[in-house]
Amino acid sequence: MIEFRQVTKRYDSDHTALRQVNFGLERGELAFLTGHSGAGKSTLLKLIMVMERPSAGEVVVGGQVLNRLPRRQIPYIRRHIGVVFQNHQLLFDRTVFDNVAMPLEVMGASPRDTGRRVRAALDKVGLLQKEKMNPMQLSGGEQQRVGIARAVVNKPPVLLADEPTGNLDPALSADIMNLFGQFSQVGVTVLIATHDIALINEMGRRTLKLDHGRLVAGGTPVLGGGVHGR
Amino acid sequence: MAADPRKKAQPTRGANQARAPWREQAESYFIHHRKVARDSANRLLHTPVASLMTWTVMGVALALPVALLLLLTSLQGVSAGWESSARVTAYIELDVPLERARVLGNEISGDGRVAGVELVDRDQALAEFRASSGLEDALDYLEDNPLPHTLLITPEEGARSTEGVEGLVRFIEGMEGIERVQVDLGWLQRLNAMTDLLARAVWALAILLAAAVVLVIGNTVRLSIESRRDEILVAKLVGGTDSFVRRPFLYTGAWFGLGGGIVALILLQLSLWWLSGPIERLAGLYRSDFSLDGLHIDGALALIIVSMLLGWLGAWVAVKRHLDDMEPGDIAGGA
Repeated sequence: MIEFRQVTKRYDSDHTALRQVNFGLERGELAFLTGHSGAGKSTLLKLIMVMERPSAGEVVVGGQVLNRLPRRQIPYIRRHIGVVFQNHQLLFDRTVFDNVAMPLEVMGASPRDTGRRVRAALDKVGLLQKEKMNPMQLSGGEQQRVGIARAVVNKPPVLLADEPTGNLDPALSADIMNLFGQFSQVGVTVLIATHDIALINEMGRRTLKLDHGRLVAGGTPVLGGGVHGR
Repeated sequence: MAADPRKKAQPTRGANQARAPWREQAESYFIHHRKVARDSANRLLHTPVASLMTWTVMGVALALPVALLLLLTSLQGVSAGWESSARVTAYIELDVPLERARVLGNEISGDGRVAGVELVDRDQALAEFRASSGLEDALDYLEDNPLPHTLLITPEEGARSTEGVEGLVRFIEGMEGIERVQVDLGWLQRLNAMTDLLARAVWALAILLAAAVVLVIGNTVRLSIESRRDEILVAKLVGGTDSFVRRPFLYTGAWFGLGGGIVALILLQLSLWWLSGPIERLAGLYRSDFSLDGLHIDGALALIIVSMLLGWLGAWVAVKRHLDDMEPGDIAGGA
């Protein structure tokens, strides 16, 4: 589903964020991405989101080589990638429902369809009764779950999370991780960037470890369809 | 799974989602447009004072050139009206006797383009001149009457166009015994030249003010883009196309244009009403039926459409400049 082939990302000022990174994630696989801060985690996620382009190598998502993707095609790629942020990026000028509905609105889904899918997503994260509230009225954990609902509302095949549990206490973090686990079970490829070593150890999943832009662990080269270990 | 027929990527999952038929797609597209249009209008109405100020700026900038254009059209109407009273004066050579002048006059009045000919003989002309000029003493020193016999020719209705009069002048000039033919259109030509000049100046002003309108709206929309930055970033993040993200701002520009056009119309109507009394009095003094015409319904519609287009254009400039560069990369945090 996601494949990095010898990917290098160099920023202008002699700063190399990623060096020859190789790995592949299968459909339905859940993996962690870890490393010290500045190791290149965010850059790696941005490359998948086509917010950045690699300096060398190829990034492939869903069989599509992103390097050669024309600019106007980028939005259509992003519709297939759900993203969850540490600071959840919710909009406080609209209701929970409208926040979650954004990816559908962008796609031009019909209102009937939108209502059905938003409620399904909110139900999944356990916030169905709060659809009419403003996200500001919700607790941190609830806000994060709204963010997750928005990321999965159009059922993307890929789900990325950048420090999704950064602000949450361990119990809530476990909750959130549980949700991610459920998504991967229905076939979503989930990649979670986190510092939270305890959480990673508890989950016992594949872990990609970055160190100064190099992938030092978990970077299994892409094979023809083998499922990578847990 | 995204049921988007435009999608190019081929994710491998979730093919069981029914694709929306094109009718439903088109329908939701229009619903979306309506929603965006309504939202943008509501946003403007939510800040009534700020919106009203922008509308007024736009209204003033639009009303000024339109008012001048209206004035110009009225002036051109005046010169068109007076062209019909054109008269041709033919001066007969000094040594031509009165009888010959009569014959010439008859010849000319026989022409189909001529409505009437009046002969003013030289003695009569001198007497009139003496009476009206106040130069009696000076005239007494003259041995001979310096004035020629004169024919005052009024063209036929159909010949009162510029070309018609010119043809008539050439015909009379070609006759034997005619010294010089003068068309009493000098002042009219000066008025025409002046209105031409004024027209150019007004158009130049109109273009400058239209550019100002575009910039004002551009700047206003830029502020609105800044204030909705988060929303734009999230929309881009979840796969909003550039046109999706632009749409609300383009509508905002068009609504600014609508308001500005309406303010311009109100200003025009008010000043017309305020000026109509004095203009009537002035025109009365000149015995002219000059009147300042207001905008008709089609003119008013055109003004509003142009105004909306200018607003849209201003928004488009701002959007091009500030929105397309916005990339959601900075949400995702540092490297």
